[in-house]
Amino acid sequence: MSSTFAPGAKTEEDNLLVKSPEKLAELESYIDSLPLSENPDRNRGFLIQSLHKAQEIFTYLPGCVQQYVADKLKLHRSEVYGVISFYSFFTDQPVGRHKINVCTGTACFVRGANKILDEFKRYLNIKEGETTPDGKFSLGALRCVGACSLAPVVMLNDKVYGNVTTKMVPEIINDCED
Amino acid sequence: MINLTINNMPVQVTEGATILEAANKLGIKIPTLCHTRLDCFNVEHRSGSCRICVVEVQGRPNLAPSCCTPAMEGMIVKTNSIRAINARRTMLDLLLSDHPKDCLTCEKNLNCQLQALAHELDLHHVLYKGEQSTYNKDLSSRSIVRDLDKCIMCRRCETACNTVQTVGVLSGVKRGFEAVVAPADLRPLSESQCVFCGQCVLACPVGALTEMSYKYDVWKAINDETKTVVVQTAPAVRIAIGEEFDMEPGSIATGKMVTALKMMGFDKVFDTDFAADLTIMEETTELIERVTKNENLPILTSCCPGWVKFLEHQFPELIYMPSSAKSPQQMFGAITKSFYAEKMGLKREDIIVVSVMPCLAKKYEASREEFSTDGNPDVDIVISTRELADMIKEAGIIFDRLEDSQYDSPLGESTGAAVIFGATGGVLEAALRTAADWIAQKDIKEIDFEAVRGLEGIKEATVNVAGIELKAAVCSGLGNARALLERIQRGEAQYHAIEIMACPGGCLNGGGQPYIHGDTTILEKRLKAIYQDDQNATIRKSHENPSIKALYEEYLGKPGSHKAHELLHTGYTPRKCW
Repeated sequence: MSSTFAPGAKTEEDNLLVKSPEKLAELESYIDSLPLSENPDRNRGFLIQSLHKAQEIFTYLPGCVQQYVADKLKLHRSEVYGVISFYSFFTDQPVGRHKINVCTGTACFVRGANKILDEFKRYLNIKEGETTPDGKFSLGALRCVGACSLAPVVMLNDKVYGNVTTKMVPEIINDCED
Repeated sequence: MINLTINNMPVQVTEGATILEAANKLGIKIPTLCHTRLDCFNVEHRSGSCRICVVEVQGRPNLAPSCCTPAMEGMIVKTNSIRAINARRTMLDLLLSDHPKDCLTCEKNLNCQLQALAHELDLHHVLYKGEQSTYNKDLSSRSIVRDLDKCIMCRRCETACNTVQTVGVLSGVKRGFEAVVAPADLRPLSESQCVFCGQCVLACPVGALTEMSYKYDVWKAINDETKTVVVQTAPAVRIAIGEEFDMEPGSIATGKMVTALKMMGFDKVFDTDFAADLTIMEETTELIERVTKNENLPILTSCCPGWVKFLEHQFPELIYMPSSAKSPQQMFGAITKSFYAEKMGLKREDIIVVSVMPCLAKKYEASREEFSTDGNPDVDIVISTRELADMIKEAGIIFDRLEDSQYDSPLGESTGAAVIFGATGGVLEAALRTAADWIAQKDIKEIDFEAVRGLEGIKEATVNVAGIELKAAVCSGLGNARALLERIQRGEAQYHAIEIMACPGGCLNGGGQPYIHGDTTILEKRLKAIYQDDQNATIRKSHENPSIKALYEEYLGKPGSHKAHELLHTGYTPRKCW
């Protein structure tokens, strides 16, 4: 895209880039370190790693960040959105300070992962993919963390809980301190 | 060269050719659905996603999609083995299991490639039943309707939108059963940088992308006794509408179309060509002024609303470049609701202006705020070539048996310079004809500017206009326009004047034209017809149109006058991209 007219800061979302100049600078220096070309077709291969970096920095990928990455790589914003909506790793919704992910891969699934997921939903009163209104928790499902012998498995941020039962759900939640 | 055998017949193809192309060379038709190619624009879409074109290749465990499998030396291919036939039917069956079976009332009925395929593959009942996608229709724009329930994910529209036009609105989003083609954030089209060129509608093999229809509004208007209903027909409509009535592509059906419009009940049948001549008067005045002063160059044409919207979104910093002249459609509306209304003693509210356009963006253009006075638009209703053909059929008019009629006066008189607006290069050529005469102050006889004709995406020419060397370029297809504008921005190219049309080939391949289903020879015939119509015209220069001369004498004064600016010129708005 040759240009984006008046990005401005009209919405809450647009503010994110303006409000976090240090984050923006970090993303910019990362993308600028890539061997990008004038030809969008050659930049396409760098899209996923750029989005990984962007999500790592901003915790999620709002429209303004998607647009920023698209402009840098000379791709269309719609294509960036297409990639984000395809991979469950990426999210365009704000995520909680604590990320709870229930594994619903085959082994966990047959050992009752769905019941665990349902208990988290009930307890936090949110659906899969959502974040609690206080911004503390977000809940998701993922496919296999490679710990099938411990099925069913729940991940709280980077920590793995094995042999999880519905009774353990409140404990896991109480483990989180801000 | 590569030698292979298909259905026991040897065939030789160049390296890189696909099995599909090799089979075609042998006169074997392999059914396809997602695959499409437009030879004259060098566009091919081969996503290999539908798997309808699978064939059996000896020694290969899986069936191969022939549209994207290169032919290899010694390959032995069977296109009609029972395995291939069954696989094709299963694929089609699965596609149909998640497709509404409302063919009878579908906009694309009889123009649908999925429907045709079900017939061709002899599929008479759907085996698979299960969940079906349900989405709300996107009715947000004035031009294009998106009905995602019908989308088969062939992604042809993405190629049209992103590769050909580089507009970048449509993308495959989500995955699996939830996958659809949509703008970013699943926005409605009206909240995107869609320019409504309608190339996606032409690309869509099914009824997922269709035009917003205003046929019934036209019937209501015609039947409203209190209104004077006038119709204008764009240059490219007359050379394509015959196709809808099985006339040979490239037939010039102007006279029959005028007769049909009169039979339908329009009070006056006028011609957008008249307004095209008017556009040339204003635009050429501006061209000569800007070239003489060497200011704000290059001047870009502004007839095409898709192109104008593209510029507003994608190149807002170049917004000073287009001519301020309104498009012929909007000039026609403005003159009808001022000059003509006064002449007939009518108020603007008493007149309904209907446009017949080869274009879907014209529907959007007519709704732009600046083209209304006190909420009353200069152009009230816009229908496409296809919609007019539908209405003629509905009215029971047997088109090919009609006698010819003439347009009404005074807004029906036009020249050969106006009709070539329908092809890429035509607007520029028409402007050059007038510019040459005006600069030389005589009647120049050499008026065929061959260098700017033809379907190529970017044409460049240095033309001698009455002793002045003018560097001109002609662009059709927005991807080509983007490439050219970027070269200008980088200082790699300099021109005095550039004509840009959003659709590849110009209006003759507009989003509202009859479907060609990949047969680009039809476009070449349409092109030929346009220049034939120009050759046939008695007057071939816009400024020699007697009704145009009279309009200036009686009403507007001179081209570029205060009155002309008030009625015939406009401005542009920078817009955002999503």
